[in-house]
Amino acid sequence: MFRYVVRRLLQAIPLLLIISIVIFALLQGSGDPLATLGGRRTVRPEERERLARILGLDKPIYIQYVYWLVGNDWVKIDVDNDGIPETAGTRKGILRGDFGTSLVTRGEPAIDIILERLPNTLILMIPAEIFILMTALAIGIYSAMRQYSWIDQAVTAGSFIGYSMPIFFIALASMYLFAVNFRKWGLPYLPTVGMFDPKVGKTFSQVVIHLVLPIFSMSVVSISGWSRYVRSQMLEVTSQDYIRTAYAKGLSERKVLVRHALKNAAIPMVTLLGIEIPFLLGGAVVTETIFGWPGMGRLFFDHLTRSDTPVVMGILMLISFAVVICQLITDIVYGWLDPRIRYD
Amino acid sequence: MEEINNNDSGAIAQIEKPQLSYSQLVWMRFKRHKMAVVGMVLLILMILYSTLGASFTTESYSNVTDTSIRLSPPYLAHPFGTDTVGRDILARTIYGGQISLLIGLIAMAVEVIMGVLIGAIAGYYGGILDSLLMRFTEAMFNVPQLPLLLVLGKLLADKIDPFPLLGREFSGSVIVIIAVIGLTSWMGLARIVRANFLSLKEREFVTAANCIGTRNGSIIFGHILPNTMAPIIVSGTLGVANAIISEAYVSFLGVGVMPPTATWGNMLNGAYQYIESAPWLWIFPGTLIVLTVLSINFIGDGLRDALDPHALIKAE
Repeated sequence: MFRYVVRRLLQAIPLLLIISIVIFALLQGSGDPLATLGGRRTVRPEERERLARILGLDKPIYIQYVYWLVGNDWVKIDVDNDGIPETAGTRKGILRGDFGTSLVTRGEPAIDIILERLPNTLILMIPAEIFILMTALAIGIYSAMRQYSWIDQAVTAGSFIGYSMPIFFIALASMYLFAVNFRKWGLPYLPTVGMFDPKVGKTFSQVVIHLVLPIFSMSVVSISGWSRYVRSQMLEVTSQDYIRTAYAKGLSERKVLVRHALKNAAIPMVTLLGIEIPFLLGGAVVTETIFGWPGMGRLFFDHLTRSDTPVVMGILMLISFAVVICQLITDIVYGWLDPRIRYD
Repeated sequence: MEEINNNDSGAIAQIEKPQLSYSQLVWMRFKRHKMAVVGMVLLILMILYSTLGASFTTESYSNVTDTSIRLSPPYLAHPFGTDTVGRDILARTIYGGQISLLIGLIAMAVEVIMGVLIGAIAGYYGGILDSLLMRFTEAMFNVPQLPLLLVLGKLLADKIDPFPLLGREFSGSVIVIIAVIGLTSWMGLARIVRANFLSLKEREFVTAANCIGTRNGSIIFGHILPNTMAPIIVSGTLGVANAIISEAYVSFLGVGVMPPTATWGNMLNGAYQYIESAPWLWIFPGTLIVLTVLSINFIGDGLRDALDPHALIKAE
């Protein structure tokens, strides 16, 4: 098992390198980070060249990538453009834990910007994912057990419609109903923007009521998808012989369901979950934008539109790393759920 | 068919029952799926809305800005209201619908071509080619589609000039969005096609074709591919719906198709800022997106049932 884990981690290194090269190349071609650097003030051409030299943006793309990867503290930079490099580089490179500094908020380390947003995103995504899984499991198992009952039919139809809904439509419609119209009708209404009311402060109850609408908007589509999946998995498992055996030996329906059916139906679900979990770190661009949630999704989008390579690369590499780790954990859990699978 | 059954005695009717062709059988089974028929009618209405609707208004009218009537609620002259710069939302949903549907169709074509080519080559040739292509497919699967769409959309934005098509001028960003959506959504189809090719290439008719010296290309496209059309048709249909939603997401975030060219997606861009004062900004284009996607998904579901070979055997 230990050797297996080590081998998988070693295999991940070239994969991460390739991903980073591809994304770096894509980002380089996608715009001029200096264009928005001066804020409202336009950057003068000579100042612009100086900045490009300091930031290393005048170098060819492969040099920029090498600096990003291993840093530039082993070379000297020619800041005043007199042909003699005199200033020592300060970047350490991502391999030594230096994500670089943001080009947008100049001087601020990219990793600080990311870590500031990460908790906000987790506050949004983890409760959402738990809510999605719980609801989908309950719905999926129930409709599989009562196949073709009217509830099953209603749930199947409902999940079909939910699956076809774009998140922004649910977000806008629920905002319009529960925030705008409830207020108009004098009912208790939900807040729509931000994580908390600045007048009250960031208290637990404030964050919770600000979570309701974003989580609801994200959940409808995911619950629809997951409950369809759970239902079909459960139906497949419950037609197996060992389930009939379990019933035949007189086990209660609850025991058959939980111990025999669910554990076996869970195996493919674990795979799906292992793919989903790392992306929770990335947040939800659309939901965060609509509800003004200061999370990773918006951070990614804002800095992408301003070509802030260090921050965007940092976010994507963090997610890619999480993907590798989660896949490894998934495979280990897989072997634990299904003892027929051996890793040597 | 039923008339014969009624007029003649059962046994003879069984013998004389005309053999249904495959497409008749599929159509018969498709009609039985009520929601699929509803979806079909709904989709035809959507297509009529954005094509016939165009004969009542012009595209230049849909792009006319008049800030003196900006954000006016629906009234007689502008039945769907006006947007933030005073453009008529009704006209924009008509012309935007053309683009959204077109993007859906063409992006699906890109997706199907990519998925079939990669799946077929990987499944038919096997070996190193197969493992290379499948690693690539897996890698693409693991990249979340929306960020990839955003990065690629930004990379290629403004790099393509506007071009005329079907009597309309399209902004270059339409092409970018089509390419990007198509190139990031073929993986599922490639896997299905590969799996089918793996099992079909071992069948006798392929061996026979090989024996008489049929070339590989001809075996792939002439012999195996026609036998795996059902999943391709189904996933192509669902692909149209996904492409329309993807376009809406990207344009909603403001990096997709650029205004003044309207799409249902970019009409929603920024609408959340007017959630209280101008709900008509998102209600009309949003509802059109939902109805279109829903109808296409229903059709896809109906086709899945209708084309399923196991179900066909049961019907006979």
